[in-house]
Amino acid sequence: MTNPTKASTEGASSFARVQAGMARRRAAERRFKLLGRAAVGIGLLFLAVLLTSIVSRGYTAFWQTEMRLDVVLVADEIDPEGTRLVDTLHKADYSALIKQSLRDMFPEVSSRRDRFALYGLVSNGAAFDLRDRVMADPSLIGTTVSLWVPADDDVDMLMKGHIDREGPEADRRIKDTTLGWIDQLEADGRLALRFNTAFFTKGDSRDPELAGIRGALMGTIFTLVVTLALSFPLGVAAAVYLEEFAPKNRWTDLIEVNINNLAAVPSIVFGLLGLAVFINVFGLPRSAPLLGGLVLTLMTLPTIIIASRAALKSVPPSIRDAALGIGASPMQATLFHVIPLALPGMLTGTIIGMAQALGETAPLLMIGMVAFIADVPQGVFDPATALPVQIYLWADSPERAFVERTSAAIMVLLAFLALMNLVAVLLRKRFERRW
Amino acid sequence: MSTQGQAMAFKLDAEPVDTQKPTVGRDVRETVGEVRVADPRVRCTDVNVHYGDKHAIKNISLDVGKGEVLAMIGPSGCGKSTFLRCLNRMNDTVRECRVTGEILLDGEDINASHIDVVPLRARVAMVFQKPNPFPKSIYENVAFGPRIHGLCNSKSDLDVVVESSLRKANLWDEVKDRLDDVGTGLSGGQQQRLCIARAIAIEPEVILMDEPCSALDPISTAKVEQLIEELRQQFSIVIVTHSMQQAARVSQRTAYFHMGDLIEVSETDRLFIKPRHQLTEDYITGRFG
Ligand SMILES: Nc1ncnc2c1ncn2[C@@H]1O[C@H](COP(=O)(O)OP(=O)(O)O)[C@@H](O)[C@H]1O
Ligand SMILES: [Mg+2]
Repeated sequence: MTNPTKASTEGASSFARVQAGMARRRAAERRFKLLGRAAVGIGLLFLAVLLTSIVSRGYTAFWQTEMRLDVVLVADEIDPEGTRLVDTLHKADYSALIKQSLRDMFPEVSSRRDRFALYGLVSNGAAFDLRDRVMADPSLIGTTVSLWVPADDDVDMLMKGHIDREGPEADRRIKDTTLGWIDQLEADGRLALRFNTAFFTKGDSRDPELAGIRGALMGTIFTLVVTLALSFPLGVAAAVYLEEFAPKNRWTDLIEVNINNLAAVPSIVFGLLGLAVFINVFGLPRSAPLLGGLVLTLMTLPTIIIASRAALKSVPPSIRDAALGIGASPMQATLFHVIPLALPGMLTGTIIGMAQALGETAPLLMIGMVAFIADVPQGVFDPATALPVQIYLWADSPERAFVERTSAAIMVLLAFLALMNLVAVLLRKRFERRW
Repeated sequence: MSTQGQAMAFKLDAEPVDTQKPTVGRDVRETVGEVRVADPRVRCTDVNVHYGDKHAIKNISLDVGKGEVLAMIGPSGCGKSTFLRCLNRMNDTVRECRVTGEILLDGEDINASHIDVVPLRARVAMVFQKPNPFPKSIYENVAFGPRIHGLCNSKSDLDVVVESSLRKANLWDEVKDRLDDVGTGLSGGQQQRLCIARAIAIEPEVILMDEPCSALDPISTAKVEQLIEELRQQFSIVIVTHSMQQAARVSQRTAYFHMGDLIEVSETDRLFIKPRHQLTEDYITGRFG
């Protein structure tokens, strides 16, 4: 720091000039810091706004209105011959039983139109729930079971306050009679918001109350596993070869320029390439995570190669000299000393690439991963969709209940992203601590 | 520079002073002195090095004897490091670098097409200017060489080699309780001795040292110099140094380089007391460089 005695021996005038300038320098320093803080603050503000809007819109999707029904499991309806064969139990008309139980609750409803509206209170999925229940325990046949089944999405929206009760009846989605039934059911304790397990265990559905994220989540996981398994080893190997072994000549310069250009190619082009090459030439199954993974690998590879090369470049040459100087072969020097030092940087590049791949929609549209797929994929060959595509599909659906599901799906996507980043941070920590 | 001058003066006082002036003029570029020794470990003949268009080493012939320390001195940029790196073909890693001439190690041309650089560098190991231990444990640093060359069959063999190398490098007592600590956590002088231990663990015939003490404090320097004296019993050592006192203290023969030419080679004492070339005298009296 400034030392007055030293300054005075060197001439008071220069010291005084330094002193006079200090106020200005400190002010500049403060302004600079303030600017930085403001930038960080604005960034955080936008993030907060984004998260609040998503969470506030989407959190209700994690609860689902369910209705308690007392269903009489009439033996003659389900299994007239009493064989209890799986096939028979599977084919029985459970929705008739559900309709019967609704009619039992509201015996006064008689007209065809009203009955139709009454049946519409519960979801189409209720019959499947009932079937699963009976098939799991056939001894229930002949008794009366009380079970919670998902209510229709309109009922759900009404319960969550997303649909108006007021206004002229003609403009309302839910008419007065239906409103009356709902109020009565609620008063009887037959309607309740319960945790929406279906959202996490089921695939997509046309009915919002039955639609789950699991199909898209599994599709994303399978796709990313394929992407990671292909792009990390390929990218690192390419980077190591180009950086450590390849001769530096016109060809390698050309390759470098091309890799940098590939990183800037719009992702939909990779989708078109996947369509033209992987589907049309190699005949890979459409909509499969394997295909998605291949296409996303094309897209991620340049990112990983560029980041890995930068990481390798930043390893001090003295480490290579040290290894070579005692007779390590170039491969041993690279494998034992250079790559371990570059690995954290390579992992950073990989996670950036994977995060890009996770959020990518456009190339998946081109290879058919946008199709409506109700089943949860079991492997990389099953037709699947991915989280961002699912978000796009739901955002495009007209039902009010899909609005909150869209936001909920975004939350799942963000949580998945956070998890991936966490794993990357932990991995980096581990590799950095080794030294 | 003044301390160097005083030290030299002290050394000159201690020996009988010969006032005879150098006999070879400044414009002569042929090497003066004894380039050959009776029993060479390394024999270089007409070595030339080009970096692209730049002629960095011009027609140098020089021997390294068995069990001797050869010091290489000269103003910076004169090609000491370049020449040193020819001896274990480290220049192979430099693009644009072209080496011609004959370099024999135990009578065998190291630039011959059938010679593999990997075993060559196991015989001619190198210690660098900046201590460059691997960012791994002290044990791993020393064990790396023996391991990749397959010198040890068992963990206990390796332990023995690591201990004896660290002992030879005068480092054992300082690190024996913390062999698992990272090598980069040691002090600069300890790091450089670790690098020397790493080199001697592979039992080379020649150790090349490129200004090994330039980044060290005087006490560490003294330790490394003492170590060099001890290692001479077993290895031939070629050391580049920018310190003339160091050359005088550790070496038996000294070579003076000037702009890519080898100007003079003599017994170390003779070179500093009675240089035969005018350029050598200019340099050691501080008139140049
Ligand atoms: N990698 C290189 N590429 C081009 N020129 C080099 C390279 N290394 C050294 N040189 C040149 O060769 C000459 C000798 O360098 P060097 O051997 O490092 O000198 P010294 O070690 O004696 O200071 C210098 O002029 C230097 O500029
Ligand atoms: Mg040098």
